[in-house]
Amino acid sequence: MEIRVAAEKRFGSFTLAADFRVTGERIGIFGVSGSGKSTLINLLAGLYEPDRGEIFLNGECLFSSANKINIPTERRRIAIVFQQPSLFPHLSVKSNLLYGFKRCEPEQRAIDFATLAAVLKLENFLPRGVNNLSGGEKQRVALGRAVLANPRLLVMDEPLSALDDTLKFQIIPYLKSVSEQFRIPYLFISHSLVEMRLMADEVLVVADGKIVEQTTAEELALARMGQSRIGYINLLRLSSPRRLDGLFAYRWSGGELLISAGDDQPEALFELSSKDIILFKRHPEAISARNLLRGTVVRTFVSGNSIGVELACGGQRLVAEVADQAVKELDIVAGSELFLAIKASAFRRLG
Amino acid sequence: MFSLALTDYDAISLSAKVAVTATLASLPVGFAVAYVVTYLKFRGKVLLEVVINLPLTLPPVVVGYFLLVLLGKKGWLGPLLESVGIRLIFTWKAAVVASAVVGFPLLVRSIRIGMESIEAQLIQASRTLGAPWYDTLFTVILPLSIRGIVAGSSLMFARSLGEFGATIIVAGNIPGVTQTIPLAIYEYVSSPTSETMAVSLCVVSVILSLVVLFLHEVIGRKLVRRA
Repeated sequence: MEIRVAAEKRFGSFTLAADFRVTGERIGIFGVSGSGKSTLINLLAGLYEPDRGEIFLNGECLFSSANKINIPTERRRIAIVFQQPSLFPHLSVKSNLLYGFKRCEPEQRAIDFATLAAVLKLENFLPRGVNNLSGGEKQRVALGRAVLANPRLLVMDEPLSALDDTLKFQIIPYLKSVSEQFRIPYLFISHSLVEMRLMADEVLVVADGKIVEQTTAEELALARMGQSRIGYINLLRLSSPRRLDGLFAYRWSGGELLISAGDDQPEALFELSSKDIILFKRHPEAISARNLLRGTVVRTFVSGNSIGVELACGGQRLVAEVADQAVKELDIVAGSELFLAIKASAFRRLG
Repeated sequence: MFSLALTDYDAISLSAKVAVTATLASLPVGFAVAYVVTYLKFRGKVLLEVVINLPLTLPPVVVGYFLLVLLGKKGWLGPLLESVGIRLIFTWKAAVVASAVVGFPLLVRSIRIGMESIEAQLIQASRTLGAPWYDTLFTVILPLSIRGIVAGSSLMFARSLGEFGATIIVAGNIPGVTQTIPLAIYEYVSSPTSETMAVSLCVVSVILSLVVLFLHEVIGRKLVRRA
């Protein structure tokens, strides 16, 4: 997928002036609230008309002020999953799902309704009304409805922000699997770096109505580590837990990680802040932290006032954050062997 | 004693006929106008809104006079209508026109409130799912503004039942032809010996109004439950 935008739209004192070209199947748009993310996707979908400029999707001109081209929204085939599920309250789950499907040309209907309903685990809800569904179920219906419209591009406009953390990380696998399984490229909009890293490869950073950066989700997270109160978030997908002295022991690089926030689910996603990893030059005598790992420094990098240390622990990668002085005292350079101490309570369960 | 003359039955059925016809005829126009003022942006929108609401603030007699000027034999539209065989003034159809014009702002206002309560994102979702504007209008906006439509229709029907000032100017007060309940009551009250008949028609009026309000409530509650 290729998106090319060079367009301007003014709303009172706010002006969105977007100028970018991006390619990929999993593109993110990152920015704080009010930066212009939603305006940008509304321009792309044809819900707003730019004051001037051009918009291209896969080489097709969707809008051109110079050539007086403005393809109507319904013919752009850009489906949106909004922050609120925005399901039609007068229709059943099945009718909601089929709304876009019925309106696309028969030759464009590449997705099978029953398969999608099964992937999203919606088979049992089909005859029901949408008003009594839970937040997560509603968002799955909204996702299914958008996908069944067989769009060329699926836009997800902060689809997780109205959900609590538990639901959020239950929905992410659906978002990814639906897009991958049915081969629909997507634009994922969010102000959360963690969501961005889980959902997008290439990321456009929007600030004050402009695209200020084009990078990868991972690079963006590393670059922002020093400015963030919570540091860089290491995302760990761990499996096969067993109970051990009131904690949960998860398999990790040949050894085990002890985590207090675990449970008996066979697989879980945890976050670990770069600020919660303590580095030692030599094996410490006796420490209260329940996890002591060995790691090799892959590289160090500067982020704001902090130094990031990227470490290889067995087959895994972890990022720790240290002060400049600590780098000198511990003589941290690429290839150094270090010990990492992590408290069992430092891990937070995401999903 | 409750008693009704033969012409009173005519007045009751004519009132019902005028109110039903005025409401049904105004509904599509009212819906279209409500759509235009709710969703479209254009120059002169404020002027259109003022014109729509004008009959609410004008005395009905003034509305009746304007209609007479417009639809009368020597009016702006009258000769044109006569040329195609349509005569309105002093017929029951004139009473329908009068009721429709006077009740129209109430209808539009209620439908508009219904439309404004629809989340904008539902309409945007419909469009991005491949529905052109007219498809969205019939599959999303119409069903979701049904409560406003019912409320507006009830108000308009009730207003039509009570319409007096404009009707007497354009339709006259001809028993059995253009005499509706309010006009018949007016005639009885003008005569010193017909007070009983006036009271009887007032009772009928109250009953009709209660039925309309009751139906409005029942349908409204059903729609709320369904939503």
